Amino acid sequence: MDSGLSPQDKKDLDKFIKFFALKTVQVIVQARLGEKICTRSSSSPTGSDWFNLAIKDIPEVTHEAKKALAGQLPGIGRSMCVEISLKTSEGDSMELETWCLEMNEKCDKDIKVSYTVYNRLSVLLKSLLAITRVTPAYKLSRKQGHDYVILYRIYFGEVQLSGLGEGFQTVRVGVVGTPVGTITLSCAYRINLAFMSNRQFERSAPIMGIIVDHFVDPPCSSQRANMGHPCNYRAPDEEDGYAGVQDSQEVCTTSFSTSPPSQLYASRLSYHHPAQAGAAELCHPAANQGLHAGKEHGGVVLVPQPPHGADAHLTVEHAANTPGSSGGDDGLTHSGERRRDEGRSVSPSDPVESLNAFTRKIGAFVNKSNTPITAASLDLPFAAFAPRGLDSEENDPMVQPPDSPPCPSPLQASLHSQGSDGSGQQDDFVMVDFRPAFSKDDLLPMDLGTFYREFQNPPQLASLSLHISSQSMADDLDSLPEKLAVYEKNIDEFDAFVDMLQ
Amino acid sequence: MNCRSEVLEVTVEARQVEEAMLALLHTILLHRSSGKFHYKKEGTYSIGTVGTLDIDCDFIDFTFVRVSSEELDRGIRRAVSEFKDALSISGSDGMGQISLEFYQKKKSRWPFSDECIPWEVWSIKVNVVNLANEQERQICREKVGEKLGEKVINVVEVINRHEYLPKMPTQSEVDNVFDTSLKDVQPYLYKITYQITDTLGTSVSTTMRRLIKDTLAL
Repeated sequence: MDSGLSPQDKKDLDKFIKFFALKTVQVIVQARLGEKICTRSSSSPTGSDWFNLAIKDIPEVTHEAKKALAGQLPGIGRSMCVEISLKTSEGDSMELETWCLEMNEKCDKDIKVSYTVYNRLSVLLKSLLAITRVTPAYKLSRKQGHDYVILYRIYFGEVQLSGLGEGFQTVRVGVVGTPVGTITLSCAYRINLAFMSNRQFERSAPIMGIIVDHFVDPPCSSQRANMGHPCNYRAPDEEDGYAGVQDSQEVCTTSFSTSPPSQLYASRLSYHHPAQAGAAELCHPAANQGLHAGKEHGGVVLVPQPPHGADAHLTVEHAANTPGSSGGDDGLTHSGERRRDEGRSVSPSDPVESLNAFTRKIGAFVNKSNTPITAASLDLPFAAFAPRGLDSEENDPMVQPPDSPPCPSPLQASLHSQGSDGSGQQDDFVMVDFRPAFSKDDLLPMDLGTFYREFQNPPQLASLSLHISSQSMADDLDSLPEKLAVYEKNIDEFDAFVDMLQ
Repeated sequence: MNCRSEVLEVTVEARQVEEAMLALLHTILLHRSSGKFHYKKEGTYSIGTVGTLDIDCDFIDFTFVRVSSEELDRGIRRAVSEFKDALSISGSDGMGQISLEFYQKKKSRWPFSDECIPWEVWSIKVNVVNLANEQERQICREKVGEKLGEKVINVVEVINRHEYLPKMPTQSEVDNVFDTSLKDVQPYLYKITYQITDTLGTSVSTTMRRLIKDTLAL
């Protein structure tokens, strides 16, 4: 038998493989949206239902898949991979699984392309539908929302499984032999779901999580519309607490809690002067949006438009980069205006300044310092207690480094609070030196410190005031004594009930 | 031709029997159902579209995918329900087996009736256990969910070996291979039978009777 494929067959086969790849991506992404999928059977064939299966096409997903493929087809040595990862509201992310569509050299020359291969690809898609509900990531994706979201990334080329942790397992969905090679679809999934943060600047245990609601309104609802933007093509070694939520982030979820990290960062950013190392590109007008005292940055901050690309990454290690330059900054930044020069000379009308003024506190353990931050020293816990050489303020990203240090603040290595004066503008922020337990000397501890600060002088938190629950809680508390009395009266009934159950 | 036979075994609580069976049977049928055939002239045909539906189990931490066809679902549910009832009648720690058999009809000449020749049989053995308290039940929910996941992977593995499948039939033969009675999808001809093993391990011959009946059916 002629082992060469006829041109028509070759054309058909290429088309089948291409659409199979696109449908595979759709099935995987849709299975991680967090919703139940439902499509209808139709007895009349429609021209658009590839492989005789009703699989909807989400346009963004198709777009991203096509972008990843860039006109090529999965082939020998060129695999198409869909990576599913989880990202928490604090910005930690973890790869959960990687689906690989590969081809090997084993050819089945005798197989009929237009019939057998097509039908087998259809069966393989059905198997994919079934298996996507079985891997551990499915349950996680069904519960996504406020605390975390599930993200996907499509890439083409070499399969990368290193992010799945040790002992990952593989399940093979199926194989289909074709005259040009054998198509294999498989999934490698992480089994060690212990949370690991891969933020660059976090070199030890993750910071204790802070619920976003402490500061802002629940982000989900406001953010919903924004997610689902183009994919985030992180390079494999790119780490980001945040890049994910930027412009190129493709999130396969319809619910959205993007903002939390940005909001937190934004709030932190409010404390440190954009002048900070320059890369932040914060500017006043932008600051206006995000830095309300009520911390209702809500979604503002997290519009996934990274106007300035790279700098939005959380790369604390660049001393020059703003630590807090998270996606949130996108909202805050409009242009690359550098405020560094303005340093401490922010005008009082500066919203940042006013925010600072508003929230500034002189608290315990405050040290003053106008020294620039050095990211290198960021991860020393309890650095405040360290000998002066450390310059705790250096570690404190919140402290602004004035440009020229007209007011040198004496550094204190002690715990005692200092009057911070100020170079007039940024004072020391309590958090930094306050150094709550287990927090580290980087950006994130600011959250806890900020929390403490707010607690001490709590503005009317919008989230609380909006919650009726807070009012009803008061009522509940009031009615408690009466309820207790009633229960005590009926104590025999309860006992009898309990006995009955046993 | 040899009939391919696969056995799956699960251990569940009584209230999980129905969902576990539905999950596995629907998973198999998903792979063994096609869209409706529409024959055109010259022996060509086009195939309708099969939709799918995610079903969450109530008593098991599991979600499975089934074909979007109410008629098909009703048929499966009926059979599973009978199986479940038979199991519960047989006693609390019952064992049973439900079988999904795909067959082809072979027309015989009068007076012999058509033969049903199975080409694939899936047998699901079920052990029913009783649990003492809520905590065990909760653990069972999760464990059974994981087990079902493993079974789904087994099913998919077998199916993707792409072993024997009946040839695509011509229009006149389609009823010998596919069940064309449903209006939205077209599964291969199948039948579901079951048998209950009482606690002594001897099998009650419900199925045997049925099989014999089928063979001799006119």
